[in-house]
Amino acid sequence: MPKIKSLEELMKIKEETLKNVKMRESGKRGKIIVAMGTCGIAAGAKETLNAIVEALNEFGVEDIKVVQSGCMGLCEVEPTIKVEIEGEIPVTYGHVTPENAKRIVKQHIVAGDLVGDLIVKQGEE
Amino acid sequence: MPLTTNTILICAGGACISSGEESVKNALERKIKEYNLQEAIKIVETGCMGACSIGPLMVIYPEGVYYQKLTPKAAEKIVEEHLLKGRIVEEYLYKGDKGKIVPQPQEEIPFFSRQVKIATRNLGIIDPLNIEEYIARDGYFALYKALKEMKPEEVINTIKESGLRGRGGAGFPTGLKWEFARKAPGDEKYMICNADEGDPGAFMDRSILEGDPHTIIEAMTIAGYAIGANKGYVYVRAEYPIAIERLSEALKQAHEYGFLGENILDSGFSFDIEIRIGAGAFVCGEETALINSIEGKRGQPRVKPPYPAQKGLWGKPTNINNVETLACVPPIIKNGPQWFRQWGTEKSPGTKVFALAGKVKNTGLVEVPMGITLRELIYEIGGGSPTGKKIKAVQTGGPSGGVIPEEYFDTPVDFESLTQLGAIIGSGGMIVLDEDDCMVDVAKFFLEFTVDESCGKCTPCREGTKIMYEILNKITNGEGTEDDIETLEKLGNIIKDSSLCGLGQTAPNPVLSTLRYYKDEYIAHVRDKACPAKKCRNLISYVIDTSKCVGCTACARVCPASCIDGEIKKPHEIDQEACIKCGSCIEVCRFGAISKVSPALD
Repeated sequence: MPKIKSLEELMKIKEETLKNVKMRESGKRGKIIVAMGTCGIAAGAKETLNAIVEALNEFGVEDIKVVQSGCMGLCEVEPTIKVEIEGEIPVTYGHVTPENAKRIVKQHIVAGDLVGDLIVKQGEE
Repeated sequence: MPLTTNTILICAGGACISSGEESVKNALERKIKEYNLQEAIKIVETGCMGACSIGPLMVIYPEGVYYQKLTPKAAEKIVEEHLLKGRIVEEYLYKGDKGKIVPQPQEEIPFFSRQVKIATRNLGIIDPLNIEEYIARDGYFALYKALKEMKPEEVINTIKESGLRGRGGAGFPTGLKWEFARKAPGDEKYMICNADEGDPGAFMDRSILEGDPHTIIEAMTIAGYAIGANKGYVYVRAEYPIAIERLSEALKQAHEYGFLGENILDSGFSFDIEIRIGAGAFVCGEETALINSIEGKRGQPRVKPPYPAQKGLWGKPTNINNVETLACVPPIIKNGPQWFRQWGTEKSPGTKVFALAGKVKNTGLVEVPMGITLRELIYEIGGGSPTGKKIKAVQTGGPSGGVIPEEYFDTPVDFESLTQLGAIIGSGGMIVLDEDDCMVDVAKFFLEFTVDESCGKCTPCREGTKIMYEILNKITNGEGTEDDIETLEKLGNIIKDSSLCGLGQTAPNPVLSTLRYYKDEYIAHVRDKACPAKKCRNLISYVIDTSKCVGCTACARVCPASCIDGEIKKPHEIDQEACIKCGSCIEVCRFGAISKVSPALD
């Protein structure tokens, strides 16, 4: 570790560390809930979860939490995820394979457009 | 880089470690490995989260769910249910006052939401052994600002304007202390951090050192720069092995990153810190005794003046600050004095950490703005009495402090107001007492401590406290006289006026303050040989109410002195001669038939 001499170096460490700890702090724009019941896991929800986190990292999205939940009761369309963004109607997507997950992050989270062909439900139950 | 989906912050403060944090952590790690989740789940051991009564505890992020009173078994279940399947395990959630389940208590429960964390800002949030997490929370930015953008005088002025006062007990203005050391002639000066926390029940300094050691390094370096010292010592007691371990590691990291050593941050200023381990004598918390101890001499106080600022360590100008005081320094430098003044009162700005203990629901560490009332502190944050019994008083400031009766609970807490009531803020210990606590017994407890800890150098403290203790012993045994009470008062005032150091000068406080508010209890002890709280063993008897006793024999079976007699299904009786007054019978009786009476039966 070279010794720190300037404010820029200090800022750099702060920002990089913050990126890493951001996941555990609140104050986010919204969250993606991945249904991780036994059915979801069996249908590949763990891979979906990893794909979501990867995609968020790839697009540099830091203000979205990734949260796990139990089974949403939509076992036939697992893996399912729910996207909740503050001020918007929650959207539940089904059949979220890792590829679909990446598409949802890119289109819904980053660009703000719903992914029509995957929507299972809009609004709360 | 591995993708972290969950981060577990597990409290590794002293209290949680004692209640089994390590075995919980091991169980977590084992289970996580079993499910091959080690890439996705990060475990961070943090400093004390403050809610010690519900430990071991952990928080799982990103959800921010608190789990309490953990066991290895609980940990395994949480991995399987929460981490693997995303189902919150309700049975280990934090439960509020009415048994209501609260997954995210930090936002809803007064114990968490009423706190303002300055000195303890990083406790329970960062990994104390990770310097980069400290930097991420603005660590070492104040050091940069002080060394590169401020003159030493400006640093001192900022601290002076903030109104920061010593948190170790005396409440002396910190900025002024720095100025004295700065202005003292001499080119070799020392900066000492007093981490010899000794008050029974106080553990905020320990928690800060264990949970955020870098803040002390940063603050000491800033103080060193301000007063013109190039060498610092942390004097920490040997009873704090984890604090010593984490501070040593933090010192190593600070060297690597260039926050300690030669030419810090390219500013031309050099500073280094050494740890000195104390052997645990209470008197070594007194600054001149502490200096003697660092020099390798016997830990006894010196006559003041000269003050350490003129002639301290090795005869050189020295500045000594307490851990909690120092922990406030970096945020003040970074945010300015007015920022600090938005909390607290005019004369006591900022916050204070209190160690809540005794007859209160939420025991642990709390940091609150000065000026909060005792009532808010005890009832809202502390949650009031756990048993529903009436809270009688609060003891503040440990062996140097006194009691404050319930009538005064609306007093705002600051340095002056508590002193006026005959107590002190001291280091921040707060022991809540209820109707079962005998005030004479409380005074005796603290006197016993000071008798033990008196260093013996000056006569008033060495002999005086011992005589006071003997009188208290006499009174609690029912052998005291009214003259004894008068002697206590007189002797107490003499010891206060004539002792050499703070230990002796404050030692009579627990007695004098209980005499001030609870003289009637003392008089009951000597005149009626009665203990109103039914606590003093020699002044009480246990009796069985024959109308309530059903003869279940539970008490007779548990009595270690075999002094309870009676036939099955017929009322029992206690042989008063043989009774050792252990109280075991009262605990097992399910019919409320046994009670204590005072004075004792013949």
